Amino acid sequence: MVEPLEQIFASCKVERKELIPLLQEIQEKLGYLSDDAMKAAAEFLHIPPSAVYGVATFYNQFRFVPAGKHPLKICLGTACHIQGSKLIMEAMERELDIKAGNVTPDHEFSLDRVACVGCCALAPVIIDKKTVYPRMTPFKVEEVLALLKEENAHGRLPTNEP
Amino acid sequence: MEAELVTLTIDDIKVKAKKGIKVLDAALGAGIYIPHLCYLPEAEVPLASCRLCYVEIEGRGMVTACTELVAEGIVVHTHNPRIDRLRHTTMRLILANHPIDCSSCPRNRDCELQRIAAYLHIKLGNPSGSPSLKGDLGGFREMPLRDLPIDDSHSLFIYDPNKCVLCGKCVMICNERMGVGVLNFIFRGYNTRVGTFREIPWGEAGCISCGACVAACPVGALVPKNIKVLSFTTSPGCYDAPLHHHIHSPGDR
Repeated sequence: MVEPLEQIFASCKVERKELIPLLQEIQEKLGYLSDDAMKAAAEFLHIPPSAVYGVATFYNQFRFVPAGKHPLKICLGTACHIQGSKLIMEAMERELDIKAGNVTPDHEFSLDRVACVGCCALAPVIIDKKTVYPRMTPFKVEEVLALLKEENAHGRLPTNEP
Repeated sequence: MEAELVTLTIDDIKVKAKKGIKVLDAALGAGIYIPHLCYLPEAEVPLASCRLCYVEIEGRGMVTACTELVAEGIVVHTHNPRIDRLRHTTMRLILANHPIDCSSCPRNRDCELQRIAAYLHIKLGNPSGSPSLKGDLGGFREMPLRDLPIDDSHSLFIYDPNKCVLCGKCVMICNERMGVGVLNFIFRGYNTRVGTFREIPWGEAGCISCGACVAACPVGALVPKNIKVLSFTTSPGCYDAPLHHHIHSPGDR
Protein backbone atom coordinates (compact mmCIF):
# COMPACT_ATOMS: atom_id res chain seq x y z
CA MET A 1 0.00 0.00 0.00
CA VAL A 2 2.78 2.43 0.88
CA GLU A 3 5.11 1.43 -1.93
CA PRO A 4 3.26 2.86 -4.93
CA LEU A 5 2.95 6.10 -2.98
CA GLU A 6 6.69 6.35 -2.49
CA GLN A 7 7.11 6.05 -6.23
CA ILE A 8 4.75 8.97 -6.72
CA PHE A 9 6.41 11.07 -4.02
CA ALA A 10 9.84 10.44 -5.55
CA SER A 11 8.86 12.37 -8.67
CA CYS A 12 7.11 15.20 -6.81
CA LYS A 13 8.51 18.44 -5.46
CA VAL A 14 7.78 19.33 -1.86
CA GLU A 15 5.67 22.33 -2.66
CA ARG A 16 2.14 23.01 -1.60
CA LYS A 17 1.06 23.75 -5.15
CA GLU A 18 1.85 20.13 -6.01
CA LEU A 19 -1.00 18.91 -3.82
CA ILE A 20 -3.67 18.51 -6.48
CA PRO A 21 -1.45 16.76 -9.07
CA LEU A 22 -0.21 14.55 -6.24
CA LEU A 23 -3.73 13.59 -5.18
CA GLN A 24 -4.64 12.93 -8.80
CA GLU A 25 -1.70 10.57 -9.17
CA ILE A 26 -2.56 8.79 -5.94
CA GLN A 27 -6.11 8.34 -7.09
CA GLU A 28 -4.90 7.08 -10.47
CA LYS A 29 -2.78 4.50 -8.70
CA LEU A 30 -5.09 3.41 -5.88
CA GLY A 31 -8.42 4.16 -7.51
CA TYR A 32 -9.38 6.37 -4.58
CA LEU A 33 -7.89 8.48 -1.79
CA SER A 34 -7.45 6.34 1.28
CA ASP A 35 -7.04 7.92 4.70
CA ASP A 36 -3.48 6.65 4.89
CA ALA A 37 -2.63 8.01 1.45
CA MET A 38 -3.98 11.46 2.35
CA LYS A 39 -2.04 11.45 5.61
CA ALA A 40 1.11 10.40 3.76
CA ALA A 41 0.62 13.19 1.22
CA ALA A 42 0.13 15.69 4.06
CA GLU A 43 3.31 14.54 5.74
CA PHE A 44 5.22 14.65 2.47
CA LEU A 45 4.14 18.24 1.75
CA HIS A 46 4.48 19.35 5.40
CA ILE A 47 0.85 20.47 5.65
CA PRO A 48 -1.86 19.30 8.05
CA PRO A 49 -4.04 16.37 6.93
CA SER A 50 -7.07 18.61 7.33
CA ALA A 51 -5.70 20.85 4.57
CA VAL A 52 -5.39 17.85 2.23
CA TYR A 53 -8.90 16.77 3.11
CA GLY A 54 -10.20 20.29 2.56
CA VAL A 55 -8.81 20.38 -0.95
CA ALA A 56 -9.88 16.82 -1.73
CA THR A 57 -13.48 17.42 -0.65
CA PHE A 58 -13.61 20.63 -2.70
CA TYR A 59 -13.20 18.77 -5.98
CA ASN A 60 -15.70 16.24 -7.21
CA GLN A 61 -12.98 14.29 -9.00
CA PHE A 62 -11.65 12.83 -5.75
CA ARG A 63 -13.30 9.87 -4.09
CA PHE A 64 -12.75 8.47 -0.63
CA VAL A 65 -14.11 4.98 -1.13
CA PRO A 66 -12.91 2.64 -3.87
CA ALA A 67 -15.12 2.67 -6.96
CA GLY A 68 -17.19 -0.44 -7.60
CA LYS A 69 -16.21 -3.14 -10.09
CA HIS A 70 -18.54 -1.36 -12.47
CA PRO A 71 -18.09 2.38 -12.00
CA LEU A 72 -21.32 3.55 -13.55
CA LYS A 73 -21.50 7.16 -14.60
CA ILE A 74 -24.74 8.76 -15.62
CA CYS A 75 -24.44 11.82 -17.80
CA LEU A 76 -26.49 14.77 -16.64
CA GLY A 77 -25.08 17.16 -19.20
CA THR A 78 -27.26 19.43 -21.29
CA ALA A 79 -28.22 17.01 -24.04
CA CYS A 80 -28.79 14.10 -21.66
CA HIS A 81 -30.72 16.36 -19.32
CA ILE A 82 -33.03 17.36 -22.17
CA GLN A 83 -33.52 13.68 -22.94
CA GLY A 84 -34.57 12.96 -19.37
CA SER A 85 -31.36 11.79 -17.70
CA LYS A 86 -32.85 12.74 -14.34
CA LEU A 87 -35.24 9.81 -14.72
CA ILE A 88 -32.32 7.56 -15.60
CA MET A 89 -30.50 8.63 -12.46
CA GLU A 90 -33.61 8.07 -10.35
CA ALA A 91 -34.13 4.64 -11.87
CA MET A 92 -30.51 3.69 -11.24
CA GLU A 93 -30.58 4.97 -7.67
CA ARG A 94 -33.74 2.97 -7.10
CA GLU A 95 -32.38 -0.20 -8.72
CA LEU A 96 -29.02 -0.11 -6.91
CA ASP A 97 -30.55 1.30 -3.74
CA ILE A 98 -27.72 3.84 -3.38
CA LYS A 99 -27.44 7.55 -3.99
CA ALA A 100 -25.15 9.11 -6.58
CA GLY A 101 -21.58 9.20 -5.32
CA ASN A 102 -21.83 5.94 -3.41
CA VAL A 103 -20.90 2.30 -3.83
CA THR A 104 -23.12 -0.74 -3.39
CA PRO A 105 -22.31 -2.77 -0.25
CA ASP A 106 -21.02 -5.66 -2.39
CA HIS A 107 -18.62 -3.26 -4.21
CA GLU A 108 -20.02 -4.36 -7.57
CA PHE A 109 -21.38 -0.97 -8.63
CA SER A 110 -20.59 2.62 -7.89
CA LEU A 111 -22.79 5.41 -9.14
CA ASP A 112 -21.63 8.86 -10.12
CA ARG A 113 -23.00 11.77 -12.05
CA VAL A 114 -20.97 13.40 -14.79
CA ALA A 115 -21.62 16.46 -16.88
CA CYS A 116 -21.24 15.54 -20.54
CA VAL A 117 -19.09 12.74 -21.88
CA GLY A 118 -19.05 14.02 -25.45
CA CYS A 119 -21.49 11.68 -27.15
CA CYS A 120 -24.57 13.86 -27.01
CA ALA A 121 -26.09 12.25 -30.11
CA LEU A 122 -26.57 9.10 -28.04
CA ALA A 123 -28.25 10.90 -25.11
CA PRO A 124 -29.10 9.94 -22.49
CA VAL A 125 -26.13 7.72 -21.77
CA ILE A 126 -24.69 5.58 -19.01
CA ILE A 127 -20.96 4.86 -19.01
CA ASP A 128 -19.38 1.78 -17.51
CA LYS A 129 -15.60 2.09 -17.82
CA LYS A 130 -15.26 2.43 -21.60
CA THR A 131 -18.63 1.02 -22.54
CA VAL A 132 -21.34 3.46 -23.52
CA TYR A 133 -24.96 2.48 -23.08
CA PRO A 134 -26.86 4.80 -25.42
CA ARG A 135 -30.43 6.14 -25.48
CA MET A 136 -31.31 4.97 -22.01
CA THR A 137 -34.76 4.68 -20.62
CA PRO A 138 -35.67 3.75 -17.04
CA PHE A 139 -36.65 0.33 -18.34
CA LYS A 140 -33.35 -0.13 -20.16
CA VAL A 141 -31.55 0.70 -16.91
CA GLU A 142 -32.95 -2.53 -15.51
CA GLU A 143 -31.81 -4.39 -18.63
CA VAL A 144 -28.27 -3.02 -18.38
CA LEU A 145 -28.04 -3.93 -14.73
CA ALA A 146 -29.41 -7.41 -15.36
CA LEU A 147 -26.78 -7.86 -18.05
CA LEU A 148 -23.94 -6.66 -15.86
CA LYS A 149 -25.08 -8.76 -12.93
CA GLU A 150 -25.19 -11.82 -15.13
CA GLU A 151 -21.71 -11.12 -16.42
CA ASN A 152 -20.48 -10.70 -12.87
CA ALA A 153 -22.05 -13.99 -11.91
CA HIS A 154 -20.35 -15.79 -14.81
CA GLY A 155 -17.05 -14.01 -14.34
CA ARG A 156 -17.05 -12.56 -17.83
CA LEU A 157 -16.14 -9.04 -18.74
CA PRO A 158 -18.37 -6.97 -20.99
CA THR A 159 -17.75 -8.03 -24.59
CA ASN A 160 -18.69 -4.82 -26.31
CA GLU A 161 -15.65 -2.82 -25.27
CA PRO A 162 -14.32 -0.66 -28.08
CA MET B 1 12.23 54.78 17.55
CA GLU B 2 8.59 55.50 17.02
CA ALA B 3 6.81 54.06 14.04
CA GLU B 4 6.16 56.47 11.23
CA LEU B 5 2.71 58.02 11.42
CA VAL B 6 0.44 59.00 8.58
CA THR B 7 -2.61 61.19 8.78
CA LEU B 8 -5.81 60.20 7.06
CA THR B 9 -9.35 61.45 7.16
CA ILE B 10 -12.12 59.07 8.15
CA ASP B 11 -15.62 60.56 8.04
CA ASP B 12 -14.24 64.10 8.36
CA ILE B 13 -12.16 63.16 11.38
CA LYS B 14 -8.38 63.45 11.13
CA VAL B 15 -6.85 60.18 12.29
CA LYS B 16 -3.18 59.45 12.91
CA ALA B 17 -2.20 55.87 12.23
CA LYS B 18 0.96 53.84 12.09
CA LYS B 19 2.24 53.28 8.60
CA GLY B 20 1.58 49.76 7.36
CA ILE B 21 -1.65 49.09 9.22
CA LYS B 22 -4.99 48.60 7.55
CA VAL B 23 -7.69 51.24 7.22
CA LEU B 24 -10.02 49.10 9.33
CA ASP B 25 -7.47 49.00 12.12
CA ALA B 26 -7.00 52.76 11.98
CA ALA B 27 -10.75 53.38 12.10
CA LEU B 28 -11.38 51.01 14.98
CA GLY B 29 -8.41 52.50 16.82
CA ALA B 30 -9.95 55.94 16.45
CA GLY B 31 -13.27 54.71 17.74
CA ILE B 32 -14.97 54.71 14.35
CA TYR B 33 -16.90 51.48 13.91
CA ILE B 34 -16.90 49.70 10.58
CA PRO B 35 -18.86 46.43 10.52
CA HIS B 36 -16.64 43.38 10.16
CA LEU B 37 -16.87 39.67 10.88
CA CYS B 38 -13.66 38.12 9.65
CA TYR B 39 -10.96 40.63 10.51
CA LEU B 40 -7.86 39.32 12.26
CA PRO B 41 -5.22 42.04 12.72
CA GLU B 42 -2.44 39.46 12.79
CA ALA B 43 -3.31 37.94 9.43
CA GLU B 44 -0.61 38.78 6.93
CA VAL B 45 -2.99 38.13 4.07
CA PRO B 46 -6.41 39.32 5.25
CA LEU B 47 -9.18 36.77 5.01
CA ALA B 48 -11.48 39.42 3.52
CA SER B 49 -14.23 36.83 3.38
CA CYS B 50 -17.15 38.60 5.03
CA ARG B 51 -17.25 41.61 2.66
CA LEU B 52 -18.91 43.77 5.26
CA CYS B 53 -16.19 46.35 5.88
CA TYR B 54 -16.64 48.17 2.59
CA VAL B 55 -15.62 51.81 2.70
CA GLU B 56 -15.15 54.35 -0.01
CA ILE B 57 -11.72 55.91 -0.35
CA GLU B 58 -11.55 58.93 -2.62
CA GLY B 59 -9.55 58.01 -5.68
CA ARG B 60 -9.55 54.29 -4.87
CA GLY B 61 -13.29 53.66 -4.99
CA MET B 62 -15.17 51.05 -3.01
CA VAL B 63 -12.72 48.86 -1.13
CA THR B 64 -12.70 46.52 1.86
CA ALA B 65 -11.17 48.39 4.79
CA CYS B 66 -9.45 45.25 6.04
CA THR B 67 -7.30 44.95 2.92
CA GLU B 68 -6.41 48.59 2.27
CA LEU B 69 -3.29 50.04 3.80
CA VAL B 70 -3.42 53.50 5.33
CA ALA B 71 -1.63 56.21 3.40
CA GLU B 72 -0.92 59.88 3.94
CA GLY B 73 -3.83 62.10 3.12
CA ILE B 74 -6.39 59.53 2.00
CA VAL B 75 -10.03 60.41 2.60
CA VAL B 76 -12.20 57.52 3.80
CA HIS B 77 -15.97 57.47 3.98
CA THR B 78 -17.60 54.74 6.03
CA HIS B 79 -21.15 55.83 5.33
CA ASN B 80 -22.99 56.76 2.19
CA PRO B 81 -25.97 55.26 0.35
CA ARG B 82 -23.80 53.19 -1.96
CA ILE B 83 -21.81 51.63 0.87
CA ASP B 84 -24.97 50.96 2.85
CA ARG B 85 -26.58 49.26 -0.11
CA LEU B 86 -23.55 47.02 -0.62
CA ARG B 87 -23.43 46.14 3.07
CA HIS B 88 -27.12 45.40 3.14
CA THR B 89 -26.74 43.04 0.23
CA THR B 90 -23.78 41.29 1.85
CA MET B 91 -25.59 41.02 5.16
CA ARG B 92 -28.71 39.68 3.46
CA LEU B 93 -26.61 36.96 1.82
CA ILE B 94 -24.93 36.06 5.10
CA LEU B 95 -28.29 35.90 6.87
CA ALA B 96 -29.90 33.94 4.03
CA ASN B 97 -29.09 30.58 5.60
CA HIS B 98 -28.39 31.62 9.15
CA PRO B 99 -30.96 30.34 11.63
CA ILE B 100 -32.46 33.35 13.41
CA ASP B 101 -33.47 31.78 16.68
CA CYS B 102 -31.43 34.22 18.70
CA SER B 103 -33.39 33.78 21.89
CA SER B 104 -32.23 30.16 22.16
CA CYS B 105 -28.65 30.89 21.00
CA PRO B 106 -25.96 31.02 23.67
CA ARG B 107 -24.40 34.02 21.98
CA ASN B 108 -27.58 36.10 22.11
CA ARG B 109 -26.65 39.75 22.83
CA ASP B 110 -22.97 38.91 22.37
CA CYS B 111 -23.08 38.21 18.67
CA GLU B 112 -21.33 40.14 15.93
CA LEU B 113 -24.15 39.38 13.50
CA GLN B 114 -26.66 40.95 15.85
CA ARG B 115 -24.40 43.92 16.35
CA ILE B 116 -23.98 44.47 12.63
CA ALA B 117 -27.69 43.93 11.98
CA ALA B 118 -28.44 46.62 14.54
CA TYR B 119 -25.86 48.91 12.97
CA LEU B 120 -27.47 48.43 9.56
CA HIS B 121 -30.99 48.72 11.01
CA ILE B 122 -31.80 45.20 9.88
CA LYS B 123 -34.45 43.55 12.01
CA LEU B 124 -33.67 39.99 12.96
CA GLY B 125 -36.32 37.55 13.97
CA ASN B 126 -38.05 36.79 10.72
CA PRO B 127 -35.33 36.49 8.12
CA SER B 128 -37.50 35.85 5.09
CA GLY B 129 -40.41 38.09 5.88
CA SER B 130 -38.68 41.02 7.48
CA PRO B 131 -39.81 44.15 5.68
CA SER B 132 -36.50 45.85 6.34
CA LEU B 133 -34.77 43.05 4.47
CA LYS B 134 -37.27 42.64 1.70
CA GLY B 135 -37.81 46.34 1.10
CA ASP B 136 -34.87 47.43 -1.00
CA LEU B 137 -33.27 44.03 -1.50
CA GLY B 138 -36.09 41.80 -2.63
CA GLY B 139 -35.51 39.23 -5.29
CA PHE B 140 -33.07 37.02 -3.42
CA ARG B 141 -33.92 33.38 -3.64
CA GLU B 142 -35.11 31.73 -0.47
CA MET B 143 -32.39 29.56 1.01
CA PRO B 144 -33.18 26.46 2.99
CA LEU B 145 -31.43 26.43 6.34
CA ARG B 146 -28.53 24.05 6.62
CA ASP B 147 -29.06 20.77 8.39
CA LEU B 148 -25.52 19.68 9.19
CA PRO B 149 -24.61 17.53 12.17
CA ILE B 150 -23.60 19.39 15.33
CA ASP B 151 -20.26 18.28 16.76
CA ASP B 152 -20.34 18.18 20.54
CA SER B 153 -17.55 15.64 20.90
CA HIS B 154 -15.11 18.09 22.46
CA SER B 155 -15.25 18.32 26.21
CA LEU B 156 -15.05 22.13 26.26
CA PHE B 157 -17.02 23.43 23.30
CA ILE B 158 -19.65 22.73 20.67
CA TYR B 159 -19.43 23.40 16.94
CA ASP B 160 -22.71 24.03 15.19
CA PRO B 161 -21.98 24.33 11.46
CA ASN B 162 -25.53 25.50 10.83
CA LYS B 163 -24.81 28.78 12.58
CA CYS B 164 -21.36 29.18 11.04
CA VAL B 165 -20.86 32.22 8.80
CA LEU B 166 -17.66 30.71 7.35
CA CYS B 167 -15.60 33.77 8.17
CA GLY B 168 -12.52 31.57 8.48
CA LYS B 169 -11.10 33.06 11.65
CA CYS B 170 -10.97 29.75 13.49
CA VAL B 171 -9.31 28.04 10.52
CA MET B 172 -6.74 30.81 10.21
CA ILE B 173 -6.02 30.81 13.93
CA CYS B 174 -5.74 27.04 14.17
CA ASN B 175 -3.35 26.89 11.23
CA GLU B 176 -1.38 30.13 11.33
CA ARG B 177 -1.32 31.30 14.92
CA MET B 178 -1.41 28.01 16.78
CA GLY B 179 0.23 25.91 14.06
CA VAL B 180 -2.07 23.04 14.98
CA GLY B 181 -3.97 22.69 11.72
CA VAL B 182 -6.76 20.50 13.02
CA LEU B 183 -9.32 22.70 11.29
CA ASN B 184 -9.93 23.52 7.68
CA PHE B 185 -12.75 24.30 5.34
CA ILE B 186 -14.15 21.08 3.97
CA PHE B 187 -16.57 20.40 1.12
CA ARG B 188 -17.75 23.11 -1.19
CA GLY B 189 -20.47 25.62 -1.89
CA TYR B 190 -23.56 25.35 0.31
CA ASN B 191 -22.03 22.30 1.96
CA THR B 192 -18.90 24.10 3.09
CA ARG B 193 -18.21 23.81 6.79
CA VAL B 194 -15.30 23.96 9.14
CA GLY B 195 -14.12 20.48 9.83
CA THR B 196 -11.34 18.09 10.56
CA PHE B 197 -9.58 15.45 8.52
CA ARG B 198 -12.20 12.89 7.44
CA GLU B 199 -14.66 14.67 9.73
CA ILE B 200 -13.20 13.01 12.79
CA PRO B 201 -15.05 14.37 15.84
CA TRP B 202 -13.19 17.45 17.11
CA GLY B 203 -12.66 15.88 20.47
CA GLU B 204 -10.59 13.12 18.88
CA ALA B 205 -8.90 14.99 16.05
CA GLY B 206 -5.81 16.15 17.91
CA CYS B 207 -7.18 19.48 19.10
CA ILE B 208 -4.95 21.00 21.78
CA SER B 209 -7.94 22.70 23.44
CA CYS B 210 -6.36 26.15 23.33
CA GLY B 211 -9.82 27.63 22.78
CA ALA B 212 -8.48 30.34 20.48
CA CYS B 213 -11.00 29.37 17.79
CA VAL B 214 -13.88 29.55 20.26
CA ALA B 215 -12.79 32.97 21.47
CA ALA B 216 -12.51 34.23 17.89
CA CYS B 217 -15.87 32.98 16.63
CA PRO B 218 -18.03 36.03 15.96
CA VAL B 219 -21.30 34.10 16.12
CA GLY B 220 -22.81 31.15 17.94
CA ALA B 221 -21.13 28.45 15.87
CA LEU B 222 -18.34 27.73 18.33
CA VAL B 223 -19.43 28.10 21.93
CA PRO B 224 -18.04 26.81 25.20
CA LYS B 225 -20.15 24.08 26.69
CA ASN B 226 -20.56 25.79 30.03
CA ILE B 227 -21.51 29.17 28.61
CA LYS B 228 -24.64 29.30 30.75
CA VAL B 229 -22.63 29.85 33.89
CA LEU B 230 -19.69 31.66 32.31
CA SER B 231 -19.56 35.01 30.63
CA PHE B 232 -17.78 35.32 27.37
CA THR B 233 -15.70 38.15 26.00
CA THR B 234 -14.77 38.76 22.42
CA SER B 235 -13.98 42.42 22.35
CA PRO B 236 -11.60 43.20 19.50
CA GLY B 237 -7.95 42.73 20.22
CA CYS B 238 -8.31 40.60 23.31
CA TYR B 239 -8.91 37.24 21.70
CA ASP B 240 -5.26 36.27 21.71
CA ALA B 241 -5.22 34.61 25.09
CA PRO B 242 -6.28 31.02 25.61
CA LEU B 243 -9.87 30.19 26.42
CA HIS B 244 -9.54 30.24 30.18
CA HIS B 245 -8.44 33.88 29.99
CA HIS B 246 -11.68 34.79 28.32
CA ILE B 247 -14.25 33.06 30.36
CA HIS B 248 -14.78 34.05 33.93
CA SER B 249 -17.31 32.63 36.23
CA PRO B 250 -19.67 35.26 37.63
CA GLY B 251 -17.86 35.12 40.97
CA ASP B 252 -14.64 36.40 39.43
CA ARG B 253 -15.92 39.81 38.69
